[in-house]
Parts: sequence; structure tokens; C-alpha cells
Amino acid sequence: MSSFLARRLGQSVSILLGVTLITFCLSFLIPADPVRMLAGRSATQETVENIRHQLGLDQPLPVQYAKYVWRLAQGDMGRSFKQKTEVTTLILSRMPATLQLMAGAILFELLIGIPAGLIAAARRGKKADSGFMVLSFLGVSAPQFVTGLILLYVFAHRLQWFPLGGYGSLAHLVLPALTLGITGGGWYSRMMRSSMIDVLLQDYIRTARAKGLSPLRVLLVHGLRNAVLPIIAMVGLDIGFFMAGAVVVESVYGWPGIGQLAWQAIQVIDIPIIMGVTLVAAVSIVFGNFLADLVMPLVDPRLREN
Amino acid sequence: MRKTRIVLAMLAALCLALPAAAQAAGIKQGGKAVVSYKDDVVTLDPAIGYDWQNWSIIKSLNARLMTYEAGTAKLVKDLAADFTISPDGKTYVFKIRKGVKFHNGREVKAADVVYSLNRVVHPKTQSPAQGFYKSIVGFDEMVAGKAETLAGLSAPDDATVKIVLTAPDATMLHVLALNFSSVVPKEAVDKWGDDFGHHPVGAGPFELTEWSLGQRLVMKRFTNYFVPGAPYLDEIEIQIGLEPTVALLKLQQGGVDILGDSIPPARFVDIMKDPEWSKQVESGSDLQTGYITMNVKMKPFDDVRVRKAVNMAIDKERIVKMINNRAKPANQPLPPTMPGYDKAYKGYPFDPAKAKALLAEAGFPQGFETELYCMNVDPNPRIAQSIQRDLAAIGIKANIKSLSQATVIAAGGESDQAPMIWSGGMAWIADFPDPSNFYGPILGCGGAVKGGWNWAWYCNDKIEEMARKADAMSDPAKTAEREALWRDIFIKIMDDAPWCPVFNEARFNMHSTRVAGDAKSFIDPVHIPFNYGKIYAKDAQ
Amino acid sequence: MNTRLHKALRNPVVAGAALIVVGIVAVALLAPWIAPHDPAEQFFDGLTLEGMPLAPGGQFLLGTDLLGRDLLSRLMFGARTSLLIGVVANGIAVGIGTLLGVAAGYAGGVTATLINRFTDLMMAFPALLLAIALAAIFAPSLWIVALVIALVNWVWVARVIYAQTAALRKSEFIEAVRSLGANWPRILFVHIVPHLVPTMLVWATLGISTTVLLEATLSFLGIGVRPPTPSWGGIIFECQSYFLDAPWLVFFPGAAILILALSFNILGDALRDVLDPTQRGKS
Repeated sequence: MSSFLARRLGQSVSILLGVTLITFCLSFLIPADPVRMLAGRSATQETVENIRHQLGLDQPLPVQYAKYVWRLAQGDMGRSFKQKTEVTTLILSRMPATLQLMAGAILFELLIGIPAGLIAAARRGKKADSGFMVLSFLGVSAPQFVTGLILLYVFAHRLQWFPLGGYGSLAHLVLPALTLGITGGGWYSRMMRSSMIDVLLQDYIRTARAKGLSPLRVLLVHGLRNAVLPIIAMVGLDIGFFMAGAVVVESVYGWPGIGQLAWQAIQVIDIPIIMGVTLVAAVSIVFGNFLADLVMPLVDPRLREN
Repeated sequence: MRKTRIVLAMLAALCLALPAAAQAAGIKQGGKAVVSYKDDVVTLDPAIGYDWQNWSIIKSLNARLMTYEAGTAKLVKDLAADFTISPDGKTYVFKIRKGVKFHNGREVKAADVVYSLNRVVHPKTQSPAQGFYKSIVGFDEMVAGKAETLAGLSAPDDATVKIVLTAPDATMLHVLALNFSSVVPKEAVDKWGDDFGHHPVGAGPFELTEWSLGQRLVMKRFTNYFVPGAPYLDEIEIQIGLEPTVALLKLQQGGVDILGDSIPPARFVDIMKDPEWSKQVESGSDLQTGYITMNVKMKPFDDVRVRKAVNMAIDKERIVKMINNRAKPANQPLPPTMPGYDKAYKGYPFDPAKAKALLAEAGFPQGFETELYCMNVDPNPRIAQSIQRDLAAIGIKANIKSLSQATVIAAGGESDQAPMIWSGGMAWIADFPDPSNFYGPILGCGGAVKGGWNWAWYCNDKIEEMARKADAMSDPAKTAEREALWRDIFIKIMDDAPWCPVFNEARFNMHSTRVAGDAKSFIDPVHIPFNYGKIYAKDAQ
Repeated sequence: MNTRLHKALRNPVVAGAALIVVGIVAVALLAPWIAPHDPAEQFFDGLTLEGMPLAPGGQFLLGTDLLGRDLLSRLMFGARTSLLIGVVANGIAVGIGTLLGVAAGYAGGVTATLINRFTDLMMAFPALLLAIALAAIFAPSLWIVALVIALVNWVWVARVIYAQTAALRKSEFIEAVRSLGANWPRILFVHIVPHLVPTMLVWATLGISTTVLLEATLSFLGIGVRPPTPSWGGIIFECQSYFLDAPWLVFFPGAAILILALSFNILGDALRDVLDPTQRGKS
């Protein structure tokens, strides 16, 4: 186990280094000058060069990258070019909103995906099955900005059940989380259905059925426990996915998550923030995968032996 | 000597209208106002802050030697109790008010003024405003890193600040009224370092008491503010993360008092039709013009006839309609509220037929293909498409490059990249109400350099000479003469047509019925846009 | 296989999806002839005096956009953008993914490790942020947007193709071919690649919906195809701030994106059932 962990850790570090390197290069490929953006319109040439020098942007790129990695190794993500605030502080300030949205979205995904997938699997080949599967495709195919705007229009503007965007109370969370949950729920239900069908074909389920257990009991007690495995893997992936911020949903609802931070930073080429957000996202994705791999054997004894 | 005295008398008259004079209205202090913004405030460091959001907040947190009479472009004294300008226009001596306190309780001394101005110019501060102070003696040495302070700045005693210039500079008093010239206490800057922008300390009417990143800022009335009876409000709460549409609804429901991001364009028509809410809308004009630049160094815009043709091809009325009539068509670079604006000038008429004839004369009877850059934030791509259509009507096929602001600015700063740029979203807003600010960086030779803001790359030696002459007229007695010279400069520039001025956007703002104040307090062209110190709460009356 | 195809098409949902795709392709191809107006024409009477867009009905069937252009015509021409990007971008993604997947799967060893680590790396990249950064680097045009999307989407194909190729390479059947003295190009192109074709086809169909959605998202963020080229996502980008007053400007293009993506998803899924019987009925 420990050697597995060590190998996994080594791989993760190399992946993260690669991510920082690529982000770093991409940031410098944007055909605009971050210093000009900082210096503003009244700055003289000297001012621009001065700021470039102060930020260390006049050094060769490899040197800048090496310095970044060195500071990163000491836990320092640097300061925002524009706000001068520490990137860590900025990212942490976005964490509550990001985590809330993540939790809400995953909750909706599970609430939508698991029942829909279960029913479809239980009624395989029947009308309910194809009905749910078309619905799941609908969820997957709807662009989030359209779902978001429509939910806003109907539930916030017309019915006024929820606030028109913003952040704060639980009521604010419902619509953005639901928007993300609809897309994810579509995937979850498909995953749930196929995994449940697999499980239902297993011998022990047949045995349980033959013993005369009620179909519902078989489905929920024996089936669900094993069929939920891929869903756990999906949740792991989603944790990573949502940590990158849901740029679109955040922008539709004015949600102060990490996605907005990234989007704004790319607009003004605030490289330390771009680097920081990408890194946090990548760490979460790697961690999410790892988590899924760790949790799955706990749920399914069959995986423990491997 | 006699002449100096006249000058001083005039300056004294100019400065009679102290900020305190406006307090006579008998308005009571108290109450609170809630201001909404979508995005978090970037920084409140007066040496750094330079956007339309933090400008008015910084203004109300700080004091500086000079300021403007509320709602006008008229310079008045702020921290300065008195000042003199030497006859050669090179030496300014300020006497500062006694007993003025910083928010931390310490008294403001002349040395603080000197420290604060030095700080803006010091390379380590990375201030975007460095260049404004270029006429102070010692500027070059300091920028080059050879000096830690400006040789031309000194504080002979606790109440006196002396500024020595290398040459007369008519804009100096304006510069000293800019946010950048705000006086800050050294101990606070040293204590917070790079985080000073989030823990600002000044000597202005309000002090910052809370800032939860991305959520809210609270400013409380500074009880030791040196102007008696000011400001009116006890507290200003700035709420972050409110979409303009949401903010408007909240205002109508009573949760927000002032719309920081203004009225959302899509709701504008509705609000103006509403008999009650339209009363809460204040309108005014910014010192701003929206224009199309034509790069005079790139073919075929090197031909003045082509540039004139473009000026005649654009249907400005239609563009104005498209943005719900929230602007007025423009015909010259200067906005109407700027001294030097020529009311009599008619500009180029909208005349596609004549434009086509001009193109043919220039050798493009079939038109040509070119590129139009614009910023990729609504409504700019739409406006660009409207321009594109008008150009197509005279045979110019303009491909739109809708890019991020940073990319468009970078392309404009290269001599051979952007033939045409629609300035929307990045258009010049004057730093101070003086026409020189509308020439140098955006139409003068100094701006026509790599990375500069003169995207038309227009550089006319004759005009440059005239501008130099106008800038040297620092004698207030020559104000009218100077204004006439600037007027002449901008009309001459239009003869060369490096720009096609499109419109002057009007600024609309809306406030709840709970707060009130002079209309100008919500659309102040210098405070851009809110003069928080002049807004009061009705429920406190 | 043909009978399975027939059977699939007899399913009303699949048949409906196929019909819709054919319909949208027809609209896209015939747009210049069937669109009621020029999609770029900004009608003077297409805006109210206050500059607001016209509601559906009247001279403009689906109303006008914020520039006074006919929405229906823009939707019809927008179908071209979506389909073109959908097919091209996804084609490139499947191409890159297959190439790297096969290379890693067949070569194994160091090559496989390198390619797989790179794929892992790209998977750890937040996809939308990557697309936004790439779009900021290259000034967007139709082909650039397609390329950006391809550069983001290929990783999934590479993963799947790699797994299949690696499995095939180790299979007894390939061992047998190899022991008969076949050289590697022959093994690769005659015995392995044909087995990958079904997967590629499925991805080529399923991936189109992902691509269409990503294009719409980029356009929605203002970094999609260059205006005035109509794009469904772009229409929503230009109109989103007005959606409370002019909801049709979001609903119609939104529905168009949804229907197109939905149809390709259903078709791709059905195709997988047809081509890959082992997966039958499972997902």
C-alpha cells in the first residue's frame, strides 16, 4: 500500500509540475503585455519598464519559471499583479462559495441521477426506461448557460421563488447548483443504469431473487450497494472538476467562485492568479481521482484483493 | 510683483469656494447607504487604484492638497490652507491646514505630503501615475533609481510644502487634485506593505472599517474629518457580487441605495418609462468620447481622404439608438463638458455618397478590405457590427476582431497591427478636466510609440508645437487664451481625421428614495461617479 | 450489422434524432436559399425607437436581435457554424486521439508511458480554462475555434483507443499473426486499426454534441467565432443581458443547441449499440 501511495504521489507531482509549466507558457503566449495592463493608459515607457523590472518579468522565462517553482515549493503562490494581494488569500476567499456550489451540485446530481438510473434499470426496455434515458440525454445536452438563464427566468424572475443570482443564503445556492446538477445528473443516471444492469445480472442477485426476497429489496439492498461504485468514482472526478470553478454558471448567476477569479485573471493576464487557480484545480482533479481509487475498494470487497 | 499679486488675487477668488461652504444647507448627519457592485474592489491604495470602481471610493477615503468644487471642474483647496505660485510658474509653496488628522489619529504634517508624493514616483510603488509628476525637479533621477526622493519636493517646516518644477506646468494643480496625490501616513504603509491597498489609511471624510474579500466593504464617517459637518452619512456599505440586474431589483425592493454598476442597459428603457423610478435617475456626462481610431501608418488609412470617408460613412444616430439613446453623437475628440470643446464645430456630415466619392478619389472605387478591432464585452461587438455595416455600404469590408481588452490594447500599441479600433470599453476618460489630458497620450507624438495609447499613430509636428505652447500657459490669467488654443488644436486634428468620434456616453445613475443629494453627487465627472461626501440619508433628517 | 442498424432506426427516438440531424444539415446547406433575410442585414425597422429588439411575429418570424437582424435567418446560418465546427473540431480531436492512442498502445514501453503521462497531464487541466487561455492566445476565427476545441477534447479518445490497442496487441490473435511473421505496419493497419473503427465512429458521433456545446460556451463567453458570423452561442452572448425583456433571444438559439446536441447524443449512443454489441443496452 505504501509503495502504491509513493508511486501515486510521484506521478501526481510530475503531473502538477507539467500543469504549471504549460500554464506558465500559455500565459506568456497571450499576445498582450500584462505590464501594460497594470500600468494603465497614462504610464510612460519608463514606468512600464520599471513595473516590469519590479515584477521580475524582465528576466528570461526559464529563470522566472524556476523561481516560481522554488517559491511554490515553499508554499508561496506569489501575489496578484493587480491587487498585490497574496494569491493564496484570493483563492481562499473564493473557497466558501466554490465549496458550497460543489456540494450543492453533487447533491443534485445524486438526487437526480441515482433514482432515475435505478428506475430505468429496474424497468429496463420498458417505456419508463427510454423516457428516463431521453431525459438524461436532455440534461447532458443542455448548455449550462441556457439552463441557467431559463431557470433564472422562470424561478427567479417570473415565480420569484429564488433570488435573481448572487451569493449568501441557501436560497441563492439552489438555482446554480441545480443548473450544474442537471448536467451531471444526466451522466449519473446513465452510469447508474448501466452499472445496475450489470449488477442485476450477477449470480448473487439471482440467488436473492430465488430466495423470494421482494424485488424492491433486492434492488435497493443488494443491487444499489454494488452498483453505486462507478458513481463514487464520478463524484471523485466531479470534485476535481468543480474545483476548477464553474466559469459559465458562476457568470450567469454572479456567483463569486474560483471560476470568476480565473476568468477575470485571464482577461488582464494576472499570471500569478492564473497559475494559482490552474494549480489548485489540477491538484483537486488529481486528488479527486485518487480519492475515488481509495474509496472504491472500501465499498466493493472484490476490488480489495486486486 | 504687481502682476504676481493679480495672479494671486485671481487664484484666491478661484479658491474661495471651500468644500466647507457647501455645508450651509442645514443637512443633518446620520444614516447609511448601501452601494452595489458586481466585482470586488481591486485595491484602495491611492497610488495604484485607477479604475472607475475604486476611483470614487479612494476619493472619499483620502484628502490631498487640492480638490474640485463638488460637481464641477473647478479647482479648490483641500488640505492646502493657502498656496502661492512664483512668477516664473516653477515654484509652488503650499501652507497646509493645521489640526488635520489621519484615520489613525495622527496629525497630518507637511512631511506626509512630501512622503506621499515621493511614494507615487518611487519605482518600488509601481504606480501607474508616475508620469503625471514628470515636471517636478528630480523626477528623472528617481525613476532611474538614482535617487530615493524627488529633489524638487521639500517640507521646510511642519506646515509648508514646496514643489519646484523644471518648467511651468499648467496641469500641476490638477495633478495635485488627483487621487494619486492623496496623503497617506508612512507608518501605515510600512506596517501593511503590499497589503496597504486592502488596509488603506487616509485623511478623507470616510474611513474603511471592514473589507471581506469578495463580499463587502464598510466605510464609516471619520469623526475627526477636518471639514466640519461633513460628510453626512454615518456609514457606507459596499456590497460585492450583485449583478446589475439583481442590484436594480434590490434597489426597487429597498435593499440597495446606489447602483455602483449603473442601470443595466437592458432595463434602462423600462426604468425611464416608469413615472416613479425615472425620478430617481440622475444623468450627466463623463469626460469621455467613444471613437474609432484609424492607423495613419497603415495603408490605406495613410490617405486622409480614406479617413474622411470613414467619418462620413458612420451612422452615429443609429448606433446611439442601438444603445438605447444613452449617448449623444460626437463630432470631435473633446467631450462637450471639457474646456476647449467647440460648440460651433459641425464635424463631418453623415453622407455615404460623398464618402464613396472620396474613396474613389483616393483610388479605391471598389473599396478595400481591412480589420476592425473591438473589445469582446457587450455592447462593443454589437457596435462594431453596426460600424461594419456602415463601412460595407461604402465598399469597405471590415473584418471584426473581437478580442479581450488586453489583446486589443496590445494590438493598438503596435504600429502595424490594428488598422481600425472601436474604442468602446477602453475609451479615454480624462484624468482631470483639462484638454491637454485628451491630447498627449492619445493623439500626440508621445503616445504614438510601441505600447502607447495613440492607436491612430497620429503625430503632427505643427500640432505638437501648438500643444507645447498651450501646456506652458500656466498663468491663470491666460486660461481663456489657452482654452482657445486647445479648441483650435482639436479642430485642426479633425481636419486630419485620425479618429472618427462616434458618441459621448451619458452617465445615468439611480439611487433609492432613502438617499438624496445634489444630482451631481451621483454623476460627478471628477469623482467618477459618486461624491459620497455629499450624499445624505433622508431618514436621518 | 445492417439488421441491427435497421432495428435501431425502428426505435422512434433514434429515428427522430436521425431525422432532426438530417433536417438541421439540410437547413445549414440550404440556408442561403431558405433564410428569409440576410443574416447580417441590420434592419432599420428591426429595432424599436428605444433600440429594443422586436418580439417574434410579424415581418420577422422569430423576432430580431439587438442589432435589428432577423433571428430566424441568423439561426439558420448559425446551424452552419455549429455543424462545421462540430464535424471539423471533433474530427481533429478523434484524429489526434487515435494517433496518440494507437502509438502508445502499440509501441508500449517508454513511448506509452510518455504519451499516457501527457494524456494524464492534459486531463488534470481544467478543460474550459484551457480553452479560454487558448482562445486568448489565438485571435478567434471559425477554424481557430475548431482547433482550440480539438486540442481540449482529444484526451478522452486517446484514453479509450489506447486501452483497446494495448488489449489487442496482447491478444492471442495478434500473437498468432506476429508468429506468422507479419511486420509491424501490417499488424497495425490490417489487424489492429480496423478493430478500432467502431470506437472511432462512435466518438465521431458522440463527440459532436460535446463539441457543439463547447463552441456555444466559448461564444457565450465572447471568445467564439468572429462576428458577424452567426453562432447559436454567440447570439445568446450578445443578448444575455436583455434576456428578462427579450427571452426569445435566449430560448430559440438555446433550443437549437439543445436539440442538435441531444440528437447527436442519441445517435451516437444508438451507433454504439449497433457497432459494439458487448456494450449493448448498458449505457
